Amino acid sequence: MSGLGGVGGFGGPGPEHAQAMLMVQHPLVEQVADARRRQRLRFRLTVVFVWLAIIAGVAAAIAAAGAWDWEFAFHYGPLIVLQGAGVTVLLSVTSIVIATVLAVFGALGRLSSNPVLYGIAGFYVSLIRGTPLLVQIFFIYYALPRINEDLFTWPAIAAGIVALSLNYGAYMTEIFRAGIQAVPRGQTEAAQALGIPERKLFRRIVLPQAIRIVTPAIGNDFVAMLKDSALVSTISVHETLWLAQRFGRSEFEPVTAFLIAALVYWALTIVFSYFQERLERRMARSDR
Amino acid sequence: MTSATTPTSGQPQPGRPAPEGSGYPPGTPLPEHLGEPIVRVEDLQKFYGTNHVLRGVGLEVREREAVMIVGRSGSGKTTLLRCINFLEEPTAGWVEVDGLRLQADPLKPRNREHLEQIRQIRLRAGMVFQDFNLFPHMTALGNCIEAPTTAAGVPQAAAIERAEYYLEVVGLIDKRDEYPSRLSGGQKQRVAIARALCMEPKVLLFDEPTSALDPELIGEVLRVMEDLAHAGTTMIVVTHEMHFAREAADRVVFMDQGVICEQGPPEQILQAPKEEATKRFLRRFLLE
Repeated sequence: MSGLGGVGGFGGPGPEHAQAMLMVQHPLVEQVADARRRQRLRFRLTVVFVWLAIIAGVAAAIAAAGAWDWEFAFHYGPLIVLQGAGVTVLLSVTSIVIATVLAVFGALGRLSSNPVLYGIAGFYVSLIRGTPLLVQIFFIYYALPRINEDLFTWPAIAAGIVALSLNYGAYMTEIFRAGIQAVPRGQTEAAQALGIPERKLFRRIVLPQAIRIVTPAIGNDFVAMLKDSALVSTISVHETLWLAQRFGRSEFEPVTAFLIAALVYWALTIVFSYFQERLERRMARSDR
Repeated sequence: MTSATTPTSGQPQPGRPAPEGSGYPPGTPLPEHLGEPIVRVEDLQKFYGTNHVLRGVGLEVREREAVMIVGRSGSGKTTLLRCINFLEEPTAGWVEVDGLRLQADPLKPRNREHLEQIRQIRLRAGMVFQDFNLFPHMTALGNCIEAPTTAAGVPQAAAIERAEYYLEVVGLIDKRDEYPSRLSGGQKQRVAIARALCMEPKVLLFDEPTSALDPELIGEVLRVMEDLAHAGTTMIVVTHEMHFAREAADRVVFMDQGVICEQGPPEQILQAPKEEATKRFLRRFLLE
């Protein structure tokens, strides 16, 4: 080992780094590191064991009560999982995209010096955040067609997407407003000093930086939306919960049906949370 | 003192006596390389609430002139600089840059026409900030071509060529594809200077460009600025670097309590000041 362990040393506390730093190897250091490693492993194994134990316990309780029906699971499970998850993801992805666009405009309104735009955006956020999502879903699907039949007679899935988009758009308006305000003042000043016109200044300088700031929050909202989308089962959009309810009821197998539905949502959130975490980590890295 | 002894070159009107308002003592010759006035500030006033920050400032800067503004913090020098390109809205007075004359009028509606006039001033007056304000989501090159392409209508290819030229000028052509997060403070500031130069402004405004830098990085930025000054860039610099002011300035302006207290060639202001306030201010620098 050369005396100058410098350059590689910036890579973090890897084993090379440790060796380069330790010109004099003390026997205790290796032992302490070993002990730490063993401790960490034991901790993880215990966590896995706890999870397995809980799952086994619940499964045993359900089996003992004779509530789980394999026949139902094989017969309807694939439908609930495949179609249900498909529609749930479709609903959520479409709605989060529309909600994001709404939120950008909502935030622009909330930050606008134009009283009309400010008023519209404030009204939107207040109304939507002040009423339950379920009421909004019912109103959009059942009430709006009575007000104007030509305009608002839409399939349940369209009504569901409109409701989810409007609802999340209002909450995300506040996220985007905060994100835009979190872009340092100096960025706007620098762009202004360069003579960049206002509209381009927002689109090319402020918005990209704001999006970076709010991405973790949007990810959170998306995972929340995956679960809130179950509410549109009430207007018979054929998504996960609706399918589970429908077949669970007709076959008198509520335990199996709702367990499958729950597992679908759970699996989806785990998968998307994983991707979100990776995205966040990647963005954090490129920020430095 | 008799007439100038310096040899005449191809410069305009060599040895002409300094006119009133030029900031040079009457009876002395104007430095030969100076052209016609390009920035003119008249009776500029700025209030922050009841705080009277600028109390009627008049300043004239000529083509190819390097003016350094010095003074205690709170004397109004940064405010003066920021009023020239309307990053601060003056309360009263006139600002003229390259023939474009704008009267300060805070009551004027901020309509499209007004904003466009301010933008035109900014296109003529580039600015370099204390804390760089580079756009973090763009490379060094991206920072340099952004304003020419979006604000000045320069075609992409020409903007890139121009950006490469000015990155070369500040000695950072090898960093053209680096993001600001991977540059040192001194490098960031040099990219910021290149970014401002890419708009080919009539005058460059520097707002304490080395105050946010580690001491060992100040030199590289000052060197670039000195080169620019000697190459005939018109610049107005707010600075605390007295040594730099003595080397690179055509004229030093000492501000105190919102007015210009004393001004003239650096030898006169920095070595033989007449005003008591200037002497007091300079004494502190001698003690350091």
